[in-house]
Amino acid sequence: MFADKTRSARAGRLAALVSAFALIASATVADAKERDKDRKKGKDEEVSAPAFAATKAGDPVFASTYKPFPNIATAIRGATIFDGKGNRIDNGVVFMSGGKIVAVGGPDTPIPADISVFDGTGKFVTPGIIDIHSHLGDYPSPGVEAHSDGNEATAPTTPEVWAEHSVWPQDPGFSRALANGGITSLQILPGSANLMGGRSVTLKNVPARTTQGMKFPGAPYGFKMACGENPKRVYGARGRMPSTRMGNLAVNRETWLAAIDYANNEEAKRDLGKETLVGVLKGEILVHNHCYRADEMALVLDMAKEMGYRVSAFHHAVEAYKIGDLLRENDVCSAIWADWYGFKMESYDGILENAAFLQREGACVVIHSDDQNDIQRLNQEAAKARAAGLRMGIDISEATAIQWITYNPAKAMGIEAMTGSLEAGKMADVVLWNGNPLSVYSRPEKVWIDGALMFDANDPKRRPVSDFELGQPGEGDVK
Amino acid sequence: MKRLFTLAVSGLALTAAPALAQDVTITNAKVVIGDGSAPIEGGTVVVRGGSVVYAGPAAGAPAGGTAVDAGGAWVTPGLFATVTTLGLADVSAVGESNDITAGGTPFSAALDASAAINPTSQHILVHRAAGITRAATTTLPAGSIFAGQGAIIDLDGDRKPVMQARAFQMITLGEGGAQLAGGSRVAAHVLLRAALREAQALVGKAVIPETTEIAKDDEVFLSRFDAEALVPVVTGQQKLYVAVDRAADIRAVLALKAEYPKLDLVLVGATEGWLVANEIAAAGIPVIATGLTDLPETFEQLGATQSNAGRLAKAGVKVAINAASDRDPRRLQQVAGNLVALTRVPGASGMEWGKAFAAISSVPAEISGMGGKAGVLKPGALGDVVLWDGDPLEVGSVPTRVYIGGVEQSLESHQSRLRNRYRDLDESDLPKAYDW
Repeated sequence: MFADKTRSARAGRLAALVSAFALIASATVADAKERDKDRKKGKDEEVSAPAFAATKAGDPVFASTYKPFPNIATAIRGATIFDGKGNRIDNGVVFMSGGKIVAVGGPDTPIPADISVFDGTGKFVTPGIIDIHSHLGDYPSPGVEAHSDGNEATAPTTPEVWAEHSVWPQDPGFSRALANGGITSLQILPGSANLMGGRSVTLKNVPARTTQGMKFPGAPYGFKMACGENPKRVYGARGRMPSTRMGNLAVNRETWLAAIDYANNEEAKRDLGKETLVGVLKGEILVHNHCYRADEMALVLDMAKEMGYRVSAFHHAVEAYKIGDLLRENDVCSAIWADWYGFKMESYDGILENAAFLQREGACVVIHSDDQNDIQRLNQEAAKARAAGLRMGIDISEATAIQWITYNPAKAMGIEAMTGSLEAGKMADVVLWNGNPLSVYSRPEKVWIDGALMFDANDPKRRPVSDFELGQPGEGDVK
Repeated sequence: MKRLFTLAVSGLALTAAPALAQDVTITNAKVVIGDGSAPIEGGTVVVRGGSVVYAGPAAGAPAGGTAVDAGGAWVTPGLFATVTTLGLADVSAVGESNDITAGGTPFSAALDASAAINPTSQHILVHRAAGITRAATTTLPAGSIFAGQGAIIDLDGDRKPVMQARAFQMITLGEGGAQLAGGSRVAAHVLLRAALREAQALVGKAVIPETTEIAKDDEVFLSRFDAEALVPVVTGQQKLYVAVDRAADIRAVLALKAEYPKLDLVLVGATEGWLVANEIAAAGIPVIATGLTDLPETFEQLGATQSNAGRLAKAGVKVAINAASDRDPRRLQQVAGNLVALTRVPGASGMEWGKAFAAISSVPAEISGMGGKAGVLKPGALGDVVLWDGDPLEVGSVPTRVYIGGVEQSLESHQSRLRNRYRDLDESDLPKAYDW
């Protein structure tokens, strides 16, 4: 019965796709003739060459148009540097030019004579902060119903939707994340109503008129999945599958099996959802799985083995501390909050020591926000999580806590070769803090993205104001 | 089996026995009075019979009681959290465990949170371990603009959590109130005035008369029990907390005083309060302000800025930080710390350390009618004292000892037990279930 259900759902989806995209490459001659008649054109076309064709599957679409903004060669001297990979340099130098990091080192690091140099004495430098879990743009401010674009909650699996098609670049939340949180890159995920919510998109946190103008060039796509309470609640309430956790797994497995069939069938018609799933099977699209409970994470890891894919990160992994060993062995990151607990049943066992216990096991820790407010303070969340570990006698350096919000999320998002740490040749995504970023009393003073100064606390005009905010109370305020 | 049962019973009896207040002298402390003044290095705090008898420089402190050497640590009054729902839900998303809202009841203003406070709620235990010793806690509006009557509670977990029942009534206006009143702000204001008029008519009546209820179809907007519950509001004996954000909505609340001069108003939220700060100050109405909201999350928060609280304070408004404004009340210390951070941001308004601490201790206590009793270390105040492992406003700092009414509290909870169980993953002898 379940298989019948998926087949009919699949057929319906395909029908919709055909009407939406007009044609596919393997269309029959009859189809083409009918279409030609409808359109009253193309009569001279050869039968073997379709008159209409979408670009081929896998060709770049909705491609990034982001170009770094003008930069001037800049150095910061005398600051404490956390490099994002767990290292600390006192009285250090960061030198960036041409949008790239050129050099990072101690006080003797050479700086060209003719460039802009900031005195970083008493200040701190980190890589740009990265939030692996955001819904900015998809659930923007103001959060009115007309803006609710984060969950395509009409079917339990919607691998065909792409979060970037919901992103509203005018969300004022992007600017707050930049100015108060030093966020330079972020992953926008579909919500968790569905077992398979769709593709994520990774953005550079630069204001733009289009979403393509924010897309992180070269970043792989992510794929959002969700365990547990949300999918079974949303669909169970409608009297349809899944209504239980076992239903969750069954629907997932059936969907993966269908995707494997699709991948093995060269004759299959294009299917946007399955293209995403096949991208996961090929390792080109990274799985980000919302999953709170330890037992469910273990089930997902086995399902991934069964189907031949891997999980890049468990998000909201509130109980990850119970299986740090398993997560380390599977090389899966845990993207977690520092202190969220007890708001839903699957968060009941949240503890402050989650990150620290994972670190103790040598598992990958990422601190994430899932929130338009917490994204402004990931540094503080990392500090809380570190402090909890220190109290338990787990030695976690400040530089390691910064790695939780820089290099580790970059790694789990597949962009670590480009950003996430202060290393020569990488993007000059840099935050200068007015004090130790692990202190509640510190804020970003300057933020560079690809070497361009995008925020300066000392320059009231060097802060983004979205279209929505113009002419409204508080336009251009410090926020 | 029988023996196990006996043990369990005796264990229960032990935990239920009321602990006695100790006489304690805490020395070598960095003492924070909580009234906005600067910390006192090398200070002493003396608690006797459950109350503070001294807090200040070591010289001049009376002797006696159990000696506690703070070793230079910060010592503060217990934090006072307002507005909260502590004790009213186990898991907010688990409806069976949640007494915070009751959209299906015909009652509204008559709802009385004190009837349902669970003193051993995990949230109470967790927040006590975060240094919160007293709280204003209330049901939230669901079926009406009236949330019901909130209580002042302590967090000591004993059998009597309620210090003051029916301490305040809360209503929501603005967008939220508009929805609850039938669809518009206009409807909410009419409902509020109609309700206050009903209550006014009941003032001095010994027996509840049969007033006409306000209803639409099957939905009751105000039953006669609700009208009666508003009598102390209209006579000024019970505070009226009004949750409102937009500047224009705040002005509409201030205007209520002209019609009902006895209303004892408190603004809650007031995201755009800074735009009308002088008017709020002139009206002498205190604000329980959102802490760090800086996004136009609704159209009534277009002017949102983290500088709101600082600007209100600068205008002379009495400002407490709303414990409901940043996820859990245990983030109060973090919010206050961020207000201090704003003093170093060009163009921003924040609060100096002492004022920021007072905004989560003595000021919310004063607004709650507990001035001089809670949130402050002054002679005669309740013996709520917290020793910290660091700067209390710094992220990551936690209490090392918490006293409520002179009684040292356990800092244990479900969370601490999980922490202890999973301090390692060793199951070589037995599964984790045997590690307790």
